[in-house]
Amino acid sequence: MDALLLSRVQFALTTVYHFLFVPVTLGLSIFVALLETGSLFAKTYVMRDRLRKLAKFFGGLFLINFAMGVVTGIVQEFHFGMNWSEYSRFMGDIFGAPLALEALTAFFLESTFLGLWIFGWERLSPRLHCLTIWIVALGSNLSAFWILTANSFMQHPVGYAIRNGRAEMTDFAALVTNPYIHGEFGHALLAGVTTAGFLVLAVSAWKLLNDRESRQAFEMSLKAAVVYTMVGLLGVMGVGHFHTQYLAQANPMKLSAMEALWETENPAPFTVMAVINEEEHKNDAAIEIPALFSFMLYNRPEGEVKGMNDLQQELVAKYGAGDYYPDVTGLFFSFRIMIAAGGLMMAMTALLGFLAWRKKLLDFPIVLKAVQLLVVLPFIANTVGWYIAEAGRQPWIVVGLQKTASAVSPNLTAGEVGLTIAGFTAVYLVLIAVAVGIGFRHVYNTRIADEQH
Amino acid sequence: MEMDLNTIWFVLIGVLFAGFFLLEGFDYGVGIISLLASSDDVERRMMLRTITPVWDGNEVWMLTAGGATFAAFPHVYATMFSGMYLALFLMLVGLILRGVAFEFRDKLEDLKWRRLWDGAIFIGSALPAFLWGVAVANLVSGMKIGADMVYAGTFFDLLTPGTIIGGLAFLLVFAFHGAAYLNMRLGKYSLQEKIKKLALKLGLLAAVFYLMFGYGMYSCTGLLSTTGPLVLIGMAVVAFVAAMLMMKAGLYSFSFVGTAVAVLCTTAGIFGGLFPNILISSLNPAWSLNIYNASSTPYTLSIMSIAALIFVPVVLIYQGVAYWHFRGTITEADLEEGY
Repeated sequence: MDALLLSRVQFALTTVYHFLFVPVTLGLSIFVALLETGSLFAKTYVMRDRLRKLAKFFGGLFLINFAMGVVTGIVQEFHFGMNWSEYSRFMGDIFGAPLALEALTAFFLESTFLGLWIFGWERLSPRLHCLTIWIVALGSNLSAFWILTANSFMQHPVGYAIRNGRAEMTDFAALVTNPYIHGEFGHALLAGVTTAGFLVLAVSAWKLLNDRESRQAFEMSLKAAVVYTMVGLLGVMGVGHFHTQYLAQANPMKLSAMEALWETENPAPFTVMAVINEEEHKNDAAIEIPALFSFMLYNRPEGEVKGMNDLQQELVAKYGAGDYYPDVTGLFFSFRIMIAAGGLMMAMTALLGFLAWRKKLLDFPIVLKAVQLLVVLPFIANTVGWYIAEAGRQPWIVVGLQKTASAVSPNLTAGEVGLTIAGFTAVYLVLIAVAVGIGFRHVYNTRIADEQH
Repeated sequence: MEMDLNTIWFVLIGVLFAGFFLLEGFDYGVGIISLLASSDDVERRMMLRTITPVWDGNEVWMLTAGGATFAAFPHVYATMFSGMYLALFLMLVGLILRGVAFEFRDKLEDLKWRRLWDGAIFIGSALPAFLWGVAVANLVSGMKIGADMVYAGTFFDLLTPGTIIGGLAFLLVFAFHGAAYLNMRLGKYSLQEKIKKLALKLGLLAAVFYLMFGYGMYSCTGLLSTTGPLVLIGMAVVAFVAAMLMMKAGLYSFSFVGTAVAVLCTTAGIFGGLFPNILISSLNPAWSLNIYNASSTPYTLSIMSIAALIFVPVVLIYQGVAYWHFRGTITEADLEEGY
């Protein structure tokens, strides 16, 4: 393997690892803030105390996760310059701004106010303390906005001109109002809500089964998380749907690859399963539902969807000879895994909600156990989701402007990159084991018993 | 000197690095001193407690300095980060260990566990402190940068005797800076005495390496050929010596002010000496990256200027409020707070 391929592997590794924690940060900060806000408005002492303790409990999980997100985020910021120096030169005039703004407007907020929140339970008034966690949540989500603004430019460049051998910013307003951001930011934020919500469901389920003392509290957090996860799931699916429709004009190659649609069709069928033949640019076998893909895109059972083979010809005509097909097999199956994970989560959440409100949760311990196993689902969905986003823009690093192959640092050797991959991987593996272990301990050891005033 | 946008951004990045070295400098120092000064768990927790509420915010100064360099001088960011590839990898490993160690350390009562993470905090503080010193010394001495702005040397070209001296100077100055901060914040006499004793030894070494570093800069580079930078480096030396005397006298707040002035003057002196260059090519001076050939467009710089004008003061205000909130001496009673 050469330095280019290894650099891609390394970036993928760091991104996937980083994004195990980021969605939890995005969603759990808001969830904890909601719990603490609830405690401010609770009418009885018991309720106030319970919500406060729940906020502190899930806050503890949030902090372990937050630390992991922060340290891997630094790696990511450094990677652009370390492994992708030619990208940084070519794109720096545009890409650097959102990164600097992320640090300036978001990282300072979340880190400073998180310090106040952690040490402020006794020092600050309850209202002020609650405000600090809301500011943390704002900072975290603002940071997601900036980094996705940067990523949206890579997917769909706007507000730029090619001058002096590089991409130069001509319109900052266009950069931050890039229509691609709506889909990416909305989808990521709501995926965060879903991930955090589902994590709370799994943790609460464990506590319900194994910690009699804390049952009342965790029945409450489970109910809250049912609503929270449901909102997240409906939202993430809705945004995903509209974003897919938008892809038809913004990035048709990615879209058709997700559906393994090789030839242009009208109406286009939805392919449930396919045996993909990337060599010959066709599917050897496929199970199709007629016209459904057109319907999903245009809300009516007709309409042309361009196939990859036609798009390839168009791209050759526009950008010159080259292979413009992304990893079709990877995208096709990633998309299906994401949808399946979402569907399963929704079914599980609905079932838990049904049992919770019928007060039958403890009659079905199997369901409470199942949700604990299924806690991997949002993490799988997040990972394949990013795979679709990033692998779907290949061979470009910035669609239409720069190819990934010409973006890598020219001075790196495969040995150097290989060495750092090995190093980071070892560190990542050890740390995730420790973080998960500490998380389990926290869940195991923390009791939330009701206190009578 | 005409104050164009490029100059303003050079100054602003200098300010961000100064803030980073000032704040993270004592964080690194606390991480180094806390392992060396005492092996008692309660005392170590007290020492770490002086920075746990604020270290993450301090580290953002580094991220912002890096991000601002990317936005304002993308070629500098590209050349420096790819050129210092393995060094930055080591630094990242250090920063990762340190970041999680603060969170993980107190999660178990087990002493072996805590010792392990104390070691991680030490390495995660000492390694970046040393490597930043090496990096700055490379900026000072120049790097093997080719005509295409790409670094043409190897990892070991970055580690010369001169740059290692620079690394040790940074490491030891930060250690003393951290000791001064600790003694200013701690409310336990016996612990302060232990730190003081250690700090005076480390301070002496720091002064020796700093003088060697300064003399190398004076004799081997053109950085101190003008009055301004020379005076600033001189002021840094005076301030540091004063800080040592204050430490000896037990006037810890004054000692901290002294090290703070030394760190700020050093940063200002080096940036002032580099101006208008940022990365000097040791292969051919004409291939150096300066504030013009490495910069973003005036449009991007002006957008970023507006953002900086609004947000830097806001950040300073709320970070200042946070520091004010956590002011006061740390005693054993403070260890009950938080998670």
